[in-house]
Amino acid sequence: MGILDYANPTRVMRFSRAVKPWFLGLGLITLAVGLYGAFVTAPADYQQGETIRIMYLHVPMAWLAMMAYSMMALSAIGTLGFKHPMADVSAKALAPIGATFTAICLITGSLWGKPMWNTWWVWDARLTSVLILFLVYLGIIALWQAIEEPIKAGKVTAIITLVGAINLPIIKFSVDWWYTLHQPASVFRVDGPTIYPAMLYPLLICAAGFTLVFFYLHFAAMENELKRRRIRAMQMRAARRVAPEQPTLPQGSTA
Amino acid sequence: MSAFRALIARDVRLATRVGGGALTGTLFFLAVIVTIPFGVGPDLNLLSRIGPAIMWIGALLATLIGLERLFQSDKDDGALDLLRLTDSPVSSFVIAKVIAHWLGSSLPLVLVTPLLSLLLALEPRAILALTATLAVGTPALSFLGAVGAALAVTLRRGALLMAVIILPFSIPVLIFGVAATRAAIVEPDPFWPPFALLTATSLIYAVIGTLGAAATLKIGDG
Amino acid sequence: MWAEARLKMDGLALSRGERALVAELSIELVGGDAVALVGTNGSGKTSLLRVLAGLAEPTAGDLIMSVQGADADLPRNALVHLGGHQDGLKGALTVRQNLEFWIAYFGGSGLSIAEALDQLGVGHVVDLPAAILSQGQKRRVALARLLVAPRPVWLLDEPTAALDVASTARFLALVEAHRQAGGIVIAATHTSLDLSNLKTLDLGDYPAHGQDGEHTVKDAESYWLESEPV
Repeated sequence: MGILDYANPTRVMRFSRAVKPWFLGLGLITLAVGLYGAFVTAPADYQQGETIRIMYLHVPMAWLAMMAYSMMALSAIGTLGFKHPMADVSAKALAPIGATFTAICLITGSLWGKPMWNTWWVWDARLTSVLILFLVYLGIIALWQAIEEPIKAGKVTAIITLVGAINLPIIKFSVDWWYTLHQPASVFRVDGPTIYPAMLYPLLICAAGFTLVFFYLHFAAMENELKRRRIRAMQMRAARRVAPEQPTLPQGSTA
Repeated sequence: MSAFRALIARDVRLATRVGGGALTGTLFFLAVIVTIPFGVGPDLNLLSRIGPAIMWIGALLATLIGLERLFQSDKDDGALDLLRLTDSPVSSFVIAKVIAHWLGSSLPLVLVTPLLSLLLALEPRAILALTATLAVGTPALSFLGAVGAALAVTLRRGALLMAVIILPFSIPVLIFGVAATRAAIVEPDPFWPPFALLTATSLIYAVIGTLGAAATLKIGDG
Repeated sequence: MWAEARLKMDGLALSRGERALVAELSIELVGGDAVALVGTNGSGKTSLLRVLAGLAEPTAGDLIMSVQGADADLPRNALVHLGGHQDGLKGALTVRQNLEFWIAYFGGSGLSIAEALDQLGVGHVVDLPAAILSQGQKRRVALARLLVAPRPVWLLDEPTAALDVASTARFLALVEAHRQAGGIVIAATHTSLDLSNLKTLDLGDYPAHGQDGEHTVKDAESYWLESEPV
């Protein structure tokens, strides 16, 4: 079954309803295992102590924030290149999820950094790039909301998403360059030279769990968007419906 | 009075619903705050020193740019004429529209200020002072911008002309706002005198701005 | 409903910008009168409506608008409805929310929203966002404003422009009902309106420059031309 078979909203809806619970169920089970590993079995860091455990939330969020944007860019290609009617539904559903995951990444990063830097924020190259990604997400959401007509909004947003996809690596590079220009990278390294397997496995399991939940959210948001468009179509039809003629003459404002 | 409240309620509703101006204005504010450090460098000591100024300039630009459309959407759909078909003076609907705009667009800026202040490494005292000065000072910008917005619909010219005219008038607000915030950071400087001056400026601009905007709107129908 | 609604123009002169449009316009209307305002494009139809609505002031002459029982000093802004060529609807709000706002703003004691929309044949759109309505539906919703917040004088600018035959008939019946209730209707129009005892006011009959070439009212343009040094 090719992807073009999924141009029919009813079929997409049915497929989404069928697979969505599995993603959620598997995701929650995986997360339970991963978080148990993260908070119970994994050791505290010899330098950072217990705060290292924020990593198990922070790092998957960073990965998923980038993955969501990649998926949005793919959807944009689907909209512009293949005119696939579900592509812009997918893209629109992804934007708030991506923004939320990016926000969680920023907040957890800030919480993680506070004890080390003694400030909530540093203009570290890596953090700053994520902050700009967050801005781009919010801009795209605002763009979706600014254009009322869904098809036009989909095309315009797809173009901006692709401009962003090309731009984000350039931004990342320039921010790295800007940061090293001002101060050599010394504050903070997430990955370090090596990461212990006792930390790596919980991290990977958490990431897998969050990814499954992410897909669940994506399906749910797509369903919502389909319903929203259905409501709009029904409203248009309701507006066109001819009102039954009234036999009596209308009365004036004297009534 | 119920007409006044109805207009405020309608405008706040339009601003905060999907596609309204509240989100975009706040995003613009955020974008300005995030962009400036790339110009001045990531040094937190420097940023915390110029942070209040950055935040104030961001709030100034976000307010003025958002205000351009204060009367424009009502002009576009013809509602602006209808809003004047009451026995209350034009200035009363100007006040209602400015209050609604402040609630829908400036209040969100004030509310996100503590969060954005963290990006500029401001101290809790400075954050408190900055939020307070923005809360008290942004009404001055809104009322001032109302004159520009009235000019924009009357002259059918864009935001650029409006900014050229309005920016110089907003300088006192910027001076007192930043001075009060700085006073909260640098101990010996007193906080209250500039804060009181800022409040006074807001009150004066509320009067001048309302009368100016109402008069400008009427000229449009000359 | 409207006792002794009265509208008197005495020697009215209008101008738009620097251009004088109309001069020496004197006419008196009472409750039940309907006037078709005709004239070529740019003859000042819309300007006259705006002056009557209190949105602009005449350059000369007197204008009295009154209705018994209302406050003697109520400005004419509060006595008129303007059914302009623009609808004044917010697309993001539903039809009901739009009309509720105008009821709260104008103070309504007329028909309910549902009744008013029904009479104009658009009762079924009441809970739809205004943005998705067709042009004719928007116009009819805008005209419903005149029914939910009653006012004695209706100033209409091409009210039937976007309406089909059936809707026009409905609307004209509402206009007749408004007249029977003692209201006054002035409609700028290019088409003939099927109303009883319709008076016609042709603005071409009140030129700003006198018939015999004598300037009754000087507009700014001719003033500056004359004052050119010889």
